[in-house]
Amino acid sequence: MSTISELLIIAIGSAFVSNVVLSQFYGLCPFLGVSRQLKTAGGMGVAVIFVITLASLVSSLIYSFLLKPFDLDYLKTIVFILVIAALVQFVEMFLKKNIPALYESLGVYLPLITTNCAVLGTALTNVQEEYNVLYAVVNGFATAAGFAVAICILAGIREKMRYNNIPKPFQGMPIVLVTAGLMAIAFCGFSGLL
Amino acid sequence: MSDTAVKEKKAVWKPFTNGLINENPTFVLMLGMCPTLAVTTSAINGLGMGLTTTVVLTLSNIIISALRKVIPDKVRIPAFIVIIASFVTIVGQFLEAYLPALNSALGMFIPLIVVNCIILGRAEAFASKNGVFASALDGLGMGLGFSVALTLIGCVREILGSFSVFGVSFKEPLESIGLAPIAIFVMAPGAFFVLAALNAMMAAIRAKKPAKGKDGRPANCDSDCSSCGEGGCVHRFYDENGADTAVGKK
Repeated sequence: MSTISELLIIAIGSAFVSNVVLSQFYGLCPFLGVSRQLKTAGGMGVAVIFVITLASLVSSLIYSFLLKPFDLDYLKTIVFILVIAALVQFVEMFLKKNIPALYESLGVYLPLITTNCAVLGTALTNVQEEYNVLYAVVNGFATAAGFAVAICILAGIREKMRYNNIPKPFQGMPIVLVTAGLMAIAFCGFSGLL
Repeated sequence: MSDTAVKEKKAVWKPFTNGLINENPTFVLMLGMCPTLAVTTSAINGLGMGLTTTVVLTLSNIIISALRKVIPDKVRIPAFIVIIASFVTIVGQFLEAYLPALNSALGMFIPLIVVNCIILGRAEAFASKNGVFASALDGLGMGLGFSVALTLIGCVREILGSFSVFGVSFKEPLESIGLAPIAIFVMAPGAFFVLAALNAMMAAIRAKKPAKGKDGRPANCDSDCSSCGEGGCVHRFYDENGADTAVGKK
């Protein structure tokens, strides 16, 4: 029972209180780059949930059964980034062959995710916090869900913003950054939750 | 976009000034946003992050450029990543041993230099096509451009958010006349606001000058990589599976 409540606290903490983009600043490239339309943002969000959950599982397994027993802790950055890159490739090939429908909708986002620092960041956080495999997977899923929520909200706002009259110097990126800043303030409100 | 830089490479120092001014990674190319926003709570942290990235970028540019004829084209991205990750690990160990304070301030963002788009972007766009010396200068210029931008953001946030700069506090004289630091600038939302304001300022300055096409990105670019398929980190990283899957062409 206590495990479940601990997992719940980790999940809410990672998804909302310390939101991966808005307070940890991981994965800003796709957050700012792929948030123009709600549809693409949703696709990106789902792809990120998929990859981060899987990457958390694999990296946590590798860390606890390979790196830690052999005292290879210092190699974790190199090993994790290679595992993530390979994993993304495998997932892409698997989806292309077996679930073409899902590949059609996620395919374009998958290779992008390798450079999403949220993936490596989550894998390293799991190690740093000394989560076991189950905790790591839950933490990974919740972190990614937080990312999906944030990118969908931003995309929704940006779709509406297209009709607004924005001062010339603020057009493009600056207004998106201001929006993200206001969202970050809103997410600060979650900090009283735990 | 950086092909123009290659063609115009007349002067030896061209790659150096290019990264520092014309294609400043933070303000013009909008690359490497995560560390830019995360570690700039103070000027000294921004400078530390910038210089750490500069070291990794220069060293990996040199090695990648030296090996550019050896690495097969198909596996170049994984090869680049291994080279970059090795240097990041070395630099991380060095910081842990000799600069523990900076190491703990930057925290997770030191290993995350591996996925900084600037480094892989430069490896792909410059170092894999140019000589060792030019690549070293390019890495140095890009890195210093990044450092300057991070230090600038750090200064603004530190001055407004905690009334000090580079650790030198001027809090007391200001508080004695009834001013309080605006704490939100050292918190997460402040990072977005400062970068937005600096970017808007740069845009206003650029709009005054006649466009010379040196801007570093195509005219229709509003930094939305997915709809552009040309600029930024996305495209540079993206050729991995052949151009047909590129986001812009879906």
